[in-house]
Amino acid sequence: MPLIGGVMIGAAALILLAFNGRVMGVSGIWSGLVRWSDGPGWRLAFVLGSIAAPLGLALLGRPGEVQIGASVPVLIIAGLLVGFGSALGAGCTSGHGICGISRLSPRSILATLVFMAVAIVTVFLVRHVV
Amino acid sequence: MNILVAALAGLIFGAGLTLSGMVNPAVVLGFLDLTGNWNPALLFVMVGALAVAVPGYQLLKGKRPVLAEAQAVPTRTDIDKPLLLGAAIFGLGWGLAGICPGPALTMLAIKPATAALFIVSMTAGMLGARYAARQLAGRAD
Repeated sequence: MPLIGGVMIGAAALILLAFNGRVMGVSGIWSGLVRWSDGPGWRLAFVLGSIAAPLGLALLGRPGEVQIGASVPVLIIAGLLVGFGSALGAGCTSGHGICGISRLSPRSILATLVFMAVAIVTVFLVRHVV
Repeated sequence: MNILVAALAGLIFGAGLTLSGMVNPAVVLGFLDLTGNWNPALLFVMVGALAVAVPGYQLLKGKRPVLAEAQAVPTRTDIDKPLLLGAAIFGLGWGLAGICPGPALTMLAIKPATAALFIVSMTAGMLGARYAARQLAGRAD
């Protein structure tokens, strides 16, 4: 399933580009929606679609599994960092990691290498050192 | 019409995140845990996504979208400090909880309270970064 899921994620990015000419960067889509930059429009539609997906899959007998290890304070801190970092670095896993790499953008390739490396080091420190 | 297309893209994206396991922080952290009990699942997610998106993006390069005047894609190519610092801060947050923005939204339908808490914090972080950037820009003028 990981491979099929990945293909679907790539296909979604291409649909958004081919029809709407938009990049599927979720941090940008969400921050644009929150700031109400040009009304709700396509951003709200995309967000609602992505929230509705697991509900539809559950009806088909494939509910998504979510296991949370982080405590509430860690979730809050992680959320703040993810939001701050994606806004400052102009992208997240979908915008830099999928769309940016697919454009062969040097900025996105570098950003992806940096956030992957820092995330791997963070998990190493949390799980094996602290 | 472009609203419908966006909803469809969101639906496929959310289904992909759910089916691939990317929506599950335990799977994400298992992938990032190289020296522990490494779970390679997300490598296949990345490979599957890029196998479709790289050739597709190259094919569509500069093409007029079906429902828009032109593509709205980033054009910057410079490597600057905010990019690197932002990516590093993002990676730290991602490694702490195993949640990034796309899965956070999709998770709302599966674990609403946890997802909402994360999304509120993430939104505060985004607005904080924009505020900080404005302050710094103002001081430089």
